[in-house]
Amino acid sequence: MKVLVPVKRVIDYNVKARVKADQTGVDLANVKMSMNPFDEIAVEEAVRMKEGKEHHAAGTATEIVVVSIGVTQAQETIRTALAMGADRGLLIQSDADLEPLAVAKLLKAVVDEEKPDLVLLGKQSIDGDNNAVGQMLAALLDWPQATFAGKIVIADSKATVTREVDGGLQTIAATLPAVVSVDLRLNTPRYASLPNIMKAKKKDIAVKAVADYGVDTAPRLTVKKVTAPPTRSAGIKVADAAELVSKLKTAGVL
Amino acid sequence: MAVLVIADRDGDTVRDTTNKTVTAALKLSGEVDILVIGQGSKAAADAAAKIAGVRKVLLAESGALSHQLAEAVTATVTGLADGYDAILSPATTDGKNFMPRIAAKLDVAPISDIIEVVSNDTFVRPIYAGNALETVQSSDGKKVITVRPTSFDPAAEGGSAPVETIAGADAGKAAFVSEEMVKSDRPELGAAKIVVSGGRAMGSAEEFQAVMDPLADRLGAAVGASRAAVDAGYAPNDYQVGQTGKVVAPALYIAIGISGAIQHLAGMKDSKVIVAINKDADAPIFQVADYGIVGDYKTVVPELMKALG
Repeated sequence: MKVLVPVKRVIDYNVKARVKADQTGVDLANVKMSMNPFDEIAVEEAVRMKEGKEHHAAGTATEIVVVSIGVTQAQETIRTALAMGADRGLLIQSDADLEPLAVAKLLKAVVDEEKPDLVLLGKQSIDGDNNAVGQMLAALLDWPQATFAGKIVIADSKATVTREVDGGLQTIAATLPAVVSVDLRLNTPRYASLPNIMKAKKKDIAVKAVADYGVDTAPRLTVKKVTAPPTRSAGIKVADAAELVSKLKTAGVL
Repeated sequence: MAVLVIADRDGDTVRDTTNKTVTAALKLSGEVDILVIGQGSKAAADAAAKIAGVRKVLLAESGALSHQLAEAVTATVTGLADGYDAILSPATTDGKNFMPRIAAKLDVAPISDIIEVVSNDTFVRPIYAGNALETVQSSDGKKVITVRPTSFDPAAEGGSAPVETIAGADAGKAAFVSEEMVKSDRPELGAAKIVVSGGRAMGSAEEFQAVMDPLADRLGAAVGASRAAVDAGYAPNDYQVGQTGKVVAPALYIAIGISGAIQHLAGMKDSKVIVAINKDADAPIFQVADYGIVGDYKTVVPELMKALG
């Protein structure tokens, strides 16, 4: 089974995003960038499928192709995925911050070329927080989707996916080819070992331009402004639980 | 302009996330219809019809729709799309699952998790884990929007809209297998008036339960957790309060042993009253708390139980 894993280069998880003074966006100058944490989980799962780790039979995945859409430096993100165990990479270079619909259209074009059996990706990127690309890609391909995966079992040309939903877990079976978006608890991604980082340097990353795919990526949304959220002022420290309960009763919440 | 709201069905009724989404919809138009989806949903449709300001309720029943599978919901909703200028759903896991699929089928850019309606085409939504708010204007003829329920007041009851039955779509290439819903006598995390949340300080799943459950039961509260506690395996994922988990805004939020990472704050900072219990006086959680106790939860929580009587 061939697996395509789209990954995004985003602000590092541990860095606090700061809004630019002119309200045009978030300041990313000289900020540490990393692979979107949910995408890292997707890469890890694909590699486990290839290695036959956990409940996956060895060779469940036979080839892992990683694709990123973004600036030239997104090659570093792809390289990280290759060091984790993916086989080859594709960068669709774009300096514009593309909307999920445009990303989904480009990924559809990649799927049409690569013909994977499974697209595995993070449920959302931690910058735009849209939680949309996987579902939109599935729609454009007319493939089934399984979002927010906490467990994935591949067998009999199906992905049986346990989904993290409000109130519990839902298990669905999606006939392959399918799109599966992954949630936090699916796995804990590995750190790439030094030998694997060295090996990844020899792996192939193809670079293409958005224009090579001939899809409409024009934005549909105009960002009017980006502002900092209202701050909440700190309250008071109380001495003990008894005082707390009395304050809460006065506030009418107990 | 007419707006379709996809209801968040709960057995024979609809959750108040539906009422809150209707409030957002009424800011766009006076012509708001509700779509109730799922086999055996007549009672839920009748409940939705009582929401004030609703023009009519559409009821779509089919086996495939019972579990809100995205393929079937999308086929049903896109069949209705011609009659509407905007389609709204609460940003529940169901809404987040099917709304982008609907948007892509309609060639529309979805607008996720809005917290404010500025005008017919302009909305405010949180990005970067709530560290920034973006105001976006959509140029699409049709808007596909998920609504963060905690940011809107629920529309009142008292309406009497007619209920129309429409055809529900069949299953696509995905099939329901099973579900395992947490059975609890406690209120749902998203709807609870009081939420008590635990963090990594608990140290183990056993300790988490031993500390949080009695307190939650005493207060009639829902139990939440920080992402760190979920990551560490102390609490199930659906307890997670935060930007990538559940966003809550109860009347009272009690954070115990939670340092207050920004992604957690994004999920609870709209709570009316916030209480923090943490032994680190410099923990960021105190910067958003109305009342703070600096101390080890191991001593403070038992004292709190005693003070509650």
